[in-house]
Amino acid sequence: MSEAAVKPRTPDEVGVPDAKQYMHPAMLENYGNWDYHDRPRVGVLRHVSKSGQVLFTVRAGTQRQMDVFTIRKLADIGDECADGHIRFTTRSNIEYMVTDEAKVAPLIEKLEAEGFPVGGTGASISMISHTQGWLHCDIPGTDASGVVKGMMDMLHKEFVREHMPNRLRITTSCCQINCGGQGDIAINVQYTKPPKINHDLVANVCERPAVVARCPVAAIRPAMVNGKPSLEVDEKKCVCCGACYPPCPPMQINGEDSTKIAIWVGGKHSNARSKPTFHKLAVANLPNNAPHWPEVKEVVGRIVAAYKADAKHWERMGEWIERIGWNRFFEMTELAFTKHHLDTWTGARKSMNMSAHVHF
Amino acid sequence: MKDGDHKDDQPETGKGETHPTPHLDQLEDGPWPSFVTGIKRLRDEGTPSNQKIMNDLLGQLDHSYENKMGYWKGGTVSVFGYGGGIIPRFSEVADKFPESKEFHTLRIMPPPGFHYTTDLLRDMADIWEEHGSGLIAFHGQSGDIMFQGCTTEKTQVAFDALNKIGFDLGGAGPALRTAMSCVGQARCEQSCFDEQRAHRGIINKLLDEMHRPSLPYKFKFKFSGCANDCVNAIHRADFAVIGTWRDDIKINQEKVKEHVAEKGRKYTIDTVVSMCPTRAISLNDDDTMDIDNKSCVRCMHCINVMTKALSPGDDKGVSIMIGGKRSLKVGDLMGIMVKPFMKLETDEDFEALEEFAEEMVEFFADNALEHERVGETIDRIGLPAFLDAMGIDADPNMVNHPRTSSYVRTDDFDEEAEKWFERKAREAGLQISAE
Repeated sequence: MSEAAVKPRTPDEVGVPDAKQYMHPAMLENYGNWDYHDRPRVGVLRHVSKSGQVLFTVRAGTQRQMDVFTIRKLADIGDECADGHIRFTTRSNIEYMVTDEAKVAPLIEKLEAEGFPVGGTGASISMISHTQGWLHCDIPGTDASGVVKGMMDMLHKEFVREHMPNRLRITTSCCQINCGGQGDIAINVQYTKPPKINHDLVANVCERPAVVARCPVAAIRPAMVNGKPSLEVDEKKCVCCGACYPPCPPMQINGEDSTKIAIWVGGKHSNARSKPTFHKLAVANLPNNAPHWPEVKEVVGRIVAAYKADAKHWERMGEWIERIGWNRFFEMTELAFTKHHLDTWTGARKSMNMSAHVHF
Repeated sequence: MKDGDHKDDQPETGKGETHPTPHLDQLEDGPWPSFVTGIKRLRDEGTPSNQKIMNDLLGQLDHSYENKMGYWKGGTVSVFGYGGGIIPRFSEVADKFPESKEFHTLRIMPPPGFHYTTDLLRDMADIWEEHGSGLIAFHGQSGDIMFQGCTTEKTQVAFDALNKIGFDLGGAGPALRTAMSCVGQARCEQSCFDEQRAHRGIINKLLDEMHRPSLPYKFKFKFSGCANDCVNAIHRADFAVIGTWRDDIKINQEKVKEHVAEKGRKYTIDTVVSMCPTRAISLNDDDTMDIDNKSCVRCMHCINVMTKALSPGDDKGVSIMIGGKRSLKVGDLMGIMVKPFMKLETDEDFEALEEFAEEMVEFFADNALEHERVGETIDRIGLPAFLDAMGIDADPNMVNHPRTSSYVRTDDFDEEAEKWFERKAREAGLQISAE
């Protein structure tokens, strides 16, 4: 091999690229000069600039994990039916921008014919924000893209219309680190058993002091097991969070008996009306029956239906529950309220009702 | 997804056996686009290399569904000149599925606001078809484009190809991470600052902290043009930049009347007046609207509902909130308001923001414990010590309410009060006697 061939290329550390080179020309021309917007129909935004420029955006759902054929198909649609410029939303929907209103209907027709549902705007259920799961993560309790596909099949009808009280944002996380984030409904792995330790491997694989330090409840301590340096877990203290598993894979947290699904409600990112909130526990210990998650789907369906039937226009999930009270939330969704719904973590006291306000 | 008329799961003569995928096969019907159908197409119609990788990837994924276990492990893979940005994945079941035994992800920073041309998408697809598996995620929760499925050997050449078309690695590990911006000024009338400029300015200035990881733990920036926070900055970013304004909401009274005429008076009262969190809005008898701007908290709700009648004021800038993060290990945290307002219009304003960001990352590097996020550092040392270290004055906008505990030493209260009055006088443009 010649010397030139083995010499590594010096990278060009360009950092964050300039989006303006890829942006739709009407966006560039009217950058910072938009006046208002409305939604002529579900999946379509109409923005009008102060100069009078009108820009239509058509939003469609994607599978996020895309093969090159799908990417090229989306690109072809962008050339044939739109203006050659696209963007993605935070929730992996694709958006096509066009200035000519006449292009909107054929674009929608083409997207739907190719299997990309048009919607996700306004008071709809948008794409589920999710993680990597079994496809790529090193510590997952369940899959992500697969269970999301099944869930979105069920929720598709609420993606393609704006019939919810307000937008409803769903997230999933395949472990308790919660990479999927906060949501109106969050569907997250919840472990129910302490880690199962392979003591033969700990000393070789794990940096033990770092693992001890990682435990949020100081339940892990160094120990000699079968003559080998290892770690042991105080199972009375352990909260089964799985935080020790990433730095120490021999502390297996996953398993049929341990990897369960919990559903949380009332998380909200936006500051509109109420301040942002974290989601709260609705139900735990649902089975991880991937890919279809029938038990999870059934509960999500009930929560969505109760919210849809009872919330006022513009109320988000958490705001609706705050108005009707948790008593009625558990009643309407036919879920149990247990001692496990009482927070025990730092700051738990602030979540208690320290008033005479009671819902009957 | 309708996907042509090829038949799945038919082993082809002369090729390796196609793994059966009974669990994944169930994820192909239904109205939502199927990533399984896409990966199968790579297996059946992709390049010879893509076909081999994806057959074994599907085999491993179905094996995960069968046993309800993940089979990837991390490791160390990098490209020349960088200490992070690649997520290494080595299969634990490579004996069964050898072609996808190395399935690394390249995290690549997208343009702020996730803008692409169709040609750029095709270039990326071509590169990943040649050097990777043919599977790309737009985008991960980190905000990166995830080019998934690369062997250790191909990682360098794949990165070089992406780098040559103007793209760079994002963050991973204890480092500055890839940032995210909303669509902002490119399309949204509610945007209160140039998100893209702030995003590029800060990240590109601090790029060394991304590419050579040496921080105590991860540090994330996110940029939302208004309080609707479309990139979830308050929950997800150590440093959240949220657009806001100081002067009055702009009201077009004729459009208010049109809105009331179209939607109804009761509906307007129920959805706008009654939902204002600080009771700052009233609808007048002539269907015009009064807003008590001193009480308004810039939450965006009324502007969201009445997009034509109401809009943010002209004196725009940003609020900065520090300390948001996900669960590990103390539980989820939201950012705390530490800069209620920074003007962000001129070159000097942007430089000031970049300097503040740099100081914040320096503070984090110097003071956080290993594996501690800056929000946890603030909790550990207390907000007053954090503000002292950063040279920031305490402000009522940082709290829901003042302290309720009397356990604090207050013998320098008068000096602190004097500083407050001096600051207020300075803000009012008065001469301070000592200056």
